[in-house]
Amino acid sequence: MIDWSGYIGLILEGALVTIQLTLMGSALAIVVAFAAGLGRLSRFTGVRALATTYIEFFRGTSIFVQLFWAYFVLPFAGITLTPLQAGVLALGLNVGAYGAEVVRGAVKAIGREQREACIALNLTRYQAMRHIILPQALPLMLPTFGNNAIELLKGTAVVSLISLTDMTFQAQVVRAQTGNTLIPFATILVLYFVMAWLISLGMRWLERRVSRGLDGVRA
Amino acid sequence: MPEPIIRIDSIVKRYGALTVLDGLSMEVMPGEKLALIGPSGSGKTTILRILMTLETISDGFIQVDGEQLYHMKKDGRLVPADERHLHKMREKIGMVFQHFNLFPHKCVLDNVTLAPMLTKGIARAQAEERAMELLDMVGMADKAKSMPAQLSGGQKQRVAIARALALSPKIMLFDEVTSALDPELVEEVLNVMRKLAAETDMTMLLVTHEMGFAHDFADRVLFFDRGKIVEEGRPEDIFRHPKQERTQTFLRKILAAGHRV
Repeated sequence: MIDWSGYIGLILEGALVTIQLTLMGSALAIVVAFAAGLGRLSRFTGVRALATTYIEFFRGTSIFVQLFWAYFVLPFAGITLTPLQAGVLALGLNVGAYGAEVVRGAVKAIGREQREACIALNLTRYQAMRHIILPQALPLMLPTFGNNAIELLKGTAVVSLISLTDMTFQAQVVRAQTGNTLIPFATILVLYFVMAWLISLGMRWLERRVSRGLDGVRA
Repeated sequence: MPEPIIRIDSIVKRYGALTVLDGLSMEVMPGEKLALIGPSGSGKTTILRILMTLETISDGFIQVDGEQLYHMKKDGRLVPADERHLHKMREKIGMVFQHFNLFPHKCVLDNVTLAPMLTKGIARAQAEERAMELLDMVGMADKAKSMPAQLSGGQKQRVAIARALALSPKIMLFDEVTSALDPELVEEVLNVMRKLAAETDMTMLLVTHEMGFAHDFADRVLFFDRGKIVEEGRPEDIFRHPKQERTQTFLRKILAAGHRV
């Protein structure tokens, strides 16, 4: 008879790593999504080009390759990252590239009329973005941000390739040690699902919060 | 003889191959109430949008309150205005839009206080006090805490007028401010504007299809067609005894469509 409590404990330790990667990766993704998304809307050609290059590059190459670069290739350039740092960097930059397009799309969806009102009221471009455009664009971004966060959560499994002991990695360890396939993989299936569900719930709550007062304005 | 507050000098506005304004010149005196009428596409709205710096000009000069709008002096030469110059010039001008353009995520009071607080650094308490006076004047004080989505079109437009007034511009531009309203809501907005015209010495430019209102409100009426001023004069002359054939045709058509003079 196998004593499962120890093995499940191992998987839960891995779950903590997965959660940590998801939270830190999402934080980085949000920051770069706004930077690159607003960068693509800049009136400066150089900024636009830089943002576009970043987005196209990270959407156009595989997360595996990006992770390997962060972990195995960057040291040749004198930058050595821990597995966690490399994981967060690759996941954050990868998902951030998708998020940037979400930011850009939502900002553009706020129409010409709002921008013209800002000009007529003599707001600066920054003030208009900060007080008028972004507060209205944010509710439009959140549903897709929720999707992106769940994608990021599921993407964390790739870090097992650079020896990070995340949930998927631990499940394979348990499987190797016990010879049992069903229990470890069923456990992580449920855990991934619960985490994704929590992200969905959180996003719905946020959406309700930021859309307060906007009811009936947009579909 | 006072100086004109707006002096438009041979401006040209092109959209690609289409020329909307072709060498237009006009002057507006301080405190004057001007009605711009004419068929759609005649360039009257474009003039307001150019004055509000929502559109640029392809050629020509505009002077507002003694300063160039789209140009500035640099080393003794006139160069195209930068963002800072435009920012300074916009202080003199306010605009009310056909579709109100209220900020849907801000309550009525915040819609009115936002710009004075941000652009003039006025403290919230003072900004709110002034906003309540203005909302009271447009009859919207009791809705200060409402969100725009809860208001009727006429109420939204009255808030939009208060919002533009909160920056105390010298010149107010009204772009078809009743065109998007249900007929029964038009009068409440026009009443506010009558009051405004009676109580202030602001310069007002009005683009409208409400001929009756233009007749009562304006000191001078300009009839536009195809980017040119075809005829101008006192409202009673333009509406009762138009000289140009194009003015006569336009007025006949619009009267047939049920607009009163």
